Amino acid sequence: MAKTVDEIADAMYKLVKDAFGIKKLKPMDLTKAMMELYEGEVDKKTCKAAIKQLIDSGKCVYTYFGGSYVEIPHKEGSANE
Amino acid sequence: MSDALPKTPKLDELEKGKWPSFVTEIKMAAKKSPMCRDLLGQLEQSYEEKIGYWKHGGIVGVMGYGGGVIGRYSDLPEKYPNISHFHTMRINQPAGWFYNTDALRKICDIWEEHGSGITNMHGSTGDIILLGTTTDELEPTFSELQKIDFDIGGSGSDVRTPSCCCGMARCEWSCYDTMKACYDLTQAYQDEIHRPAFPYKFKFKFSGCPNDCVASMARADMSIIGIWRDDIQVDRAAVTEYAKNGMDIKADVVDNCPARCMDWDGKEIHIDNQFCRRCMHCINVMPKALAPGKDRGAAILLGSKAPIIEGALLSSVLIPFYKMEPPYEELKDLLERIWDLWCEEGKNRERVGEFIQRVGMGNFLEAIELEPVPEMIAHPRENPYVFYEEYFEEDEGEEEESES
Repeated sequence: MAKTVDEIADAMYKLVKDAFGIKKLKPMDLTKAMMELYEGEVDKKTCKAAIKQLIDSGKCVYTYFGGSYVEIPHKEGSANE
Repeated sequence: MSDALPKTPKLDELEKGKWPSFVTEIKMAAKKSPMCRDLLGQLEQSYEEKIGYWKHGGIVGVMGYGGGVIGRYSDLPEKYPNISHFHTMRINQPAGWFYNTDALRKICDIWEEHGSGITNMHGSTGDIILLGTTTDELEPTFSELQKIDFDIGGSGSDVRTPSCCCGMARCEWSCYDTMKACYDLTQAYQDEIHRPAFPYKFKFKFSGCPNDCVASMARADMSIIGIWRDDIQVDRAAVTEYAKNGMDIKADVVDNCPARCMDWDGKEIHIDNQFCRRCMHCINVMPKALAPGKDRGAAILLGSKAPIIEGALLSSVLIPFYKMEPPYEELKDLLERIWDLWCEEGKNRERVGEFIQRVGMGNFLEAIELEPVPEMIAHPRENPYVFYEEYFEEDEGEEEESES
């Protein structure tokens, strides 16, 4: 059965949270992971909507370190007070 | 901190000469802006010590957007507290960079209120660059800019703000409406501009003719360059007029033709159009006499980039001629096939041109379902670098026959 945007967003959030401090994940990494995890039950469009939901809700933010990544909000090392 | 400008003997050297100086501009802004005073101080220290004191921050942005704000912090915040945060905002410029003074004044007013007041019109990306603000001022600035119909542009691994030459608005050589195409694709790909989802950046640039005034051939991942496919239009009376007025048509026009497809017999100019390389030289030299043909469109090229991770690349031809009429459906379909493949198989920070080099043009074309054509060449009059499977099959068949 096809997964909903909410279900994919939750699964992506868990992935991002677990990877925090270990590996930075790009939006395509999240999409690929979901396609592998829920083979046949999810498409790229749903993954795109799930990322949009995570960002718009503030649960995740885009970061840039040479490339663009999706991470949970945190205070970056280089930021001044 | 005192309102006096810091002493800047090194930077003062950059004010000498007849050309405009960014130092002079910052000094002017520093009379009103404490940020600019600290900026002068830190810059002078950097020149003195030959050390850059900027930190590149990675999280700042506005809600929902992943691009358009480039985080910047001073590495000497105690000494220069006013530039402790000094973020850059990239603002999507109007197609062709046309403004009225009212729009410019409003942008400047917003920036003087919420940022340092200094701008870069325009950045190499084509955007309006607003230099220097704090994290707290990003959302208010964005909100004010939206009220006057400006939006943030691209940065990071996304579609960068598309840019175009002024096209048909001012240039008679333009072979398609660059501004319309740029605006259309900017609107169509808002998600891709604001929500980075690619392995690395992707740039479009639209040039109306092969003069390529926005240098799309060298700077855009997808270069859309105006071209014609019929004959160059010739006004014979105007050619005669050029000759009568002293132009050496043989030396200045004919002998400089890279295809050697022109001839001047002292009275008339003859062009063998089938060999014309659309270089624009003859048209540029005799603009009153020659013009691009009437059957106009664009060549779509792919793969250029400046040297960052690897060396510079120029775009090469993907579609030799495309009519470039709204709604540009075929172009958008092709683009989305390219993005799908590149997102799926591209490595982190690998531009699409580098990706093509890695996987090979033949494999790339097969994957995006585009038929190879002889115009897909590295340089004019060289052999195509695409090989036809049928050709090999025929060869193999012939070999088998001769062996038997």
